[in-house]
Amino acid sequence: MHGLLSILIWLPIAAGVIVLLLGDRNIAAGRWVSLVASIATLIISLPLLSHFDTNTASMQFIEHLPWIPRFNAYYGLGVDGISLPLVVLTAFMTIPVVIAGWTVIESRPAQYFAAFLIMEGLMIGVFSATDALLFYFFWEAMLIPMFLIIGIWGGPRRVYATIKFFLYTFLGSVFMLAALIYMYVKAGQYSIDAFQKLPLTLVEQRWIFVAFLLAFAVKVPMWPVHTWLPDAHVEAPTGGSVILAAIMLKMGGYGFLRFSLPVAPDASRELDMLIIALSLIAVVYIGFVAIVQQDMKKLIAYSSVAHMGFVTLGAFVVYDIVRNTGGLQGAGMGMDGAMVQMVSHGLVSGALFLCVGVLYDRVHSRQISDYGGVINKMPIFAAFMVLFALANTGLPGTSGFVGEFLVIIASFKASFWYSFFAAVTLMLGAAYTLWLVKRVVFGPIANAKVAHLTDVNGREFVVLGVLAVAVIVLGIWPEPLLKMMEPTIHHLVDQAVATKIPL
Amino acid sequence: MLDTTFTWGSLAPAVAEIYLVAAICVILLVEVFAGEKHPRVIPTLTLLALAIGAALTVRFGHVRTHVLLFDATYVADELAYVLKLAAYLIVAVVLLYSRTYLENRTILKGEYYVLALTALLGIFVLISANSLVTLYIGVELLALSVYAMVAFDRDSSVAAESAMKYFVLGAIASGALLYGMSMIYGLSGTLNLEEIAVRLHEPVSPGVILGLVFLVVGVAFKLGAVPFHMWLPDVYQGAPTSVTLFIGTAPKLAYFALALRLLAHGLGPTVIEWSQMLAALAILTLVVGNVVALVQTNLKRMLAYSTISNVGFILLGFVAGTPSGYAAALYYTLVYVLVALGSFGVILLASRKGFEAEELDDYKGLYQRDPMLALIMLMLMFSTAGVPPFVGFWAKLRIFQALWETGHLWLVIISAAMSVVGAFYYLRVIKLMYFDAPVGDLPPTARPMGVRAALAVNAAAVLVLGLLPAPLLDLCSRVIH
Repeated sequence: MHGLLSILIWLPIAAGVIVLLLGDRNIAAGRWVSLVASIATLIISLPLLSHFDTNTASMQFIEHLPWIPRFNAYYGLGVDGISLPLVVLTAFMTIPVVIAGWTVIESRPAQYFAAFLIMEGLMIGVFSATDALLFYFFWEAMLIPMFLIIGIWGGPRRVYATIKFFLYTFLGSVFMLAALIYMYVKAGQYSIDAFQKLPLTLVEQRWIFVAFLLAFAVKVPMWPVHTWLPDAHVEAPTGGSVILAAIMLKMGGYGFLRFSLPVAPDASRELDMLIIALSLIAVVYIGFVAIVQQDMKKLIAYSSVAHMGFVTLGAFVVYDIVRNTGGLQGAGMGMDGAMVQMVSHGLVSGALFLCVGVLYDRVHSRQISDYGGVINKMPIFAAFMVLFALANTGLPGTSGFVGEFLVIIASFKASFWYSFFAAVTLMLGAAYTLWLVKRVVFGPIANAKVAHLTDVNGREFVVLGVLAVAVIVLGIWPEPLLKMMEPTIHHLVDQAVATKIPL
Repeated sequence: MLDTTFTWGSLAPAVAEIYLVAAICVILLVEVFAGEKHPRVIPTLTLLALAIGAALTVRFGHVRTHVLLFDATYVADELAYVLKLAAYLIVAVVLLYSRTYLENRTILKGEYYVLALTALLGIFVLISANSLVTLYIGVELLALSVYAMVAFDRDSSVAAESAMKYFVLGAIASGALLYGMSMIYGLSGTLNLEEIAVRLHEPVSPGVILGLVFLVVGVAFKLGAVPFHMWLPDVYQGAPTSVTLFIGTAPKLAYFALALRLLAHGLGPTVIEWSQMLAALAILTLVVGNVVALVQTNLKRMLAYSTISNVGFILLGFVAGTPSGYAAALYYTLVYVLVALGSFGVILLASRKGFEAEELDDYKGLYQRDPMLALIMLMLMFSTAGVPPFVGFWAKLRIFQALWETGHLWLVIISAAMSVVGAFYYLRVIKLMYFDAPVGDLPPTARPMGVRAALAVNAAAVLVLGLLPAPLLDLCSRVIH
């Protein structure tokens, strides 16, 4: 099992370089290389699941090679209960992206596939790095392919969107880097584990917490630094939107769990209200914003912001739970919910963006008003779209339900009002999603373009079908996922409630 | 004291300079007799001479310790060895990149190459200087050669104007430097840098501080730090691009050595004073360089302001005032030079006879016209912006690290924020090349295979050193200690 994670990182990157070298002239071969590589990556990631020891919170499948001896920086990889699901999710979601772009991308297709493959490797690197320097290396490197994806294949305002995307994330990340280096100077090494154990005064923790917050809040994105997301989503090509929503946003949530809580627990305890307030604003206010959107992608983008609000809420209610109940019983439930919500949102939002992509490829419009009565011409597609929409609203039996439910229960333990506002999303989510479905899918055929629609082809059916199965399986039987995360979350709660202030 | 018995072998550490003087004489003679008839002889001969020089330096010039020569006015140490080899390599690459450009502008003349070599000699002298006089000789030898190079295209009025500006402002800088040196000499009674470091001690007299101010101004002028940067954009823009390439690369190593030998070593006892001065200069430089670069429409001018902002980072390494900080500054300088080589190399290749590809708009849609050139430029721009996996990231990281080690919180925050501002204009170049369609009838880019291969190696180095940064980082730390 040794070296598995390295293969997961470098195989897609190598394949991406090969596709790039094959060029647009040999794009037929390039497409197959991309598909084979992405499927191979998923298959190689499966032994991680089957060999994962669910009784320990420590890192597994560890790789540890010297990288920069002078800085004590290692090429260190490993996964635990919170990174493994995201690694597998990344490997899984790249396949639909490759398939969805199969014939749709006409300009510079080789670079398109190469960019996504390289990105897959880098994202897996982010989730599996155990060395903060390596983490940051992947975290930033990933901006390059995404910048190009939005800028080259995006819509009319793509340049604005992509530069905004890059600068927002870059701004946040630079301050995180400063915090990481500060801790390196204190700890003498870059290992994340050492950072988690490093004693820090409250003042230091506050600064570090704020630096992390800048990086992760932009990535999640949290209100009020979410404004890059709707722009980026609207202008990105379908594949770009899928990866953005399904994986990249998760990096912010992952960062909170991996860095903010364990590295700066005292500051987190002190500032948890800030995060909770911002999360609830995202859930409620952004929910209202989503309702009035005219553009399908923008609507789903805002819905992503609202759903990610649940992730940050779930991660930070732990302190109020401990305060209220006086014990650690059930304190990890919010984090459980946050993790399930991340995986579920990855599947559901990815699927919804693919649905929009299916419509866009046919009609070349994302405006809701250009559609209506799609079900008459595309019954199979309509079934999928309705399913994903319901999952987005958190219908029991779909994956969306599990995460939201866990977070709402956990926040109820913390405070009635948290859960009250969090539960508002059940109404708002239903309002914007179902209204979207009603206007696009149902009703009489709206115009001539809709009248000429053809139903999903085999390629699209496979993509949507696989995602649908995943959404339902996770909804009905989340137990394996929860069990996988349990020791890690438990350990995380211990770290989060302990104090690191030196005596 | 010094070894009084003279043997030829004792000169071995100075082989780089001695050989170069001989080579310059030979090339001048060849130029006189064969230069007119065979214009291609001199470029080839120069590259050959540089290769031989590097080989001789490796063979004879390597010293493990600190060797003083010529009545202790000259120092050979590992730092000098590394910097000289780097300068050999850089000048060779610069001349390789420039050849087609010079040919197209009918300024491919032997004198150009001789001037480049005398400038290189100035760089060497500066790198190995251990006395105020040696420093000054190095500075002037380098500066005078470069003034002539800027004015080399004698039919271009813009170039002549730039050369004039450069000369006048450079003379003021030399004056400031010389004036400061005279005060330090007067107060310490010695020209020898190591001796000065011994004789100056806390509390330093106001006279020393006054002299120090002039020295810092001189160094800031040479490096192009704000507010002494006015010459830099005009010279970068006005000079023939091949000369801009030269000015923007090899001399930076020399000026790094100037700052290190003069401030960090010679005036080491006054580190508290000069590091405060440099901190103020660095902040100004970072802010002005980055903000003004945002509004440029000319790529050469934009890169000039980018240079200024990078100088700000190099100064920050000195502000830390520790060996780790100097090592960071050295690493930053080397990385900056590597990337600048490539960036100006791309401009040289994009230019054709009668067409200077120097406006930003000339790069619109470069990807469609020349994917390879665009890809190289993309890597270089991301590197300068400090985005991994490229080497520029490590340079910035190293500076941040040095600043944290000395607890400069606000400098870290300011420089981090400024590197985000800087990212914008680098991204704009990528945007023009990759996202925009080409406009008008631009001539195709130049395709000499050798130069392209060299440029590809240059870009590959930016990536490889980014993936495996350890060897160069180690080297920089070792030679400083």
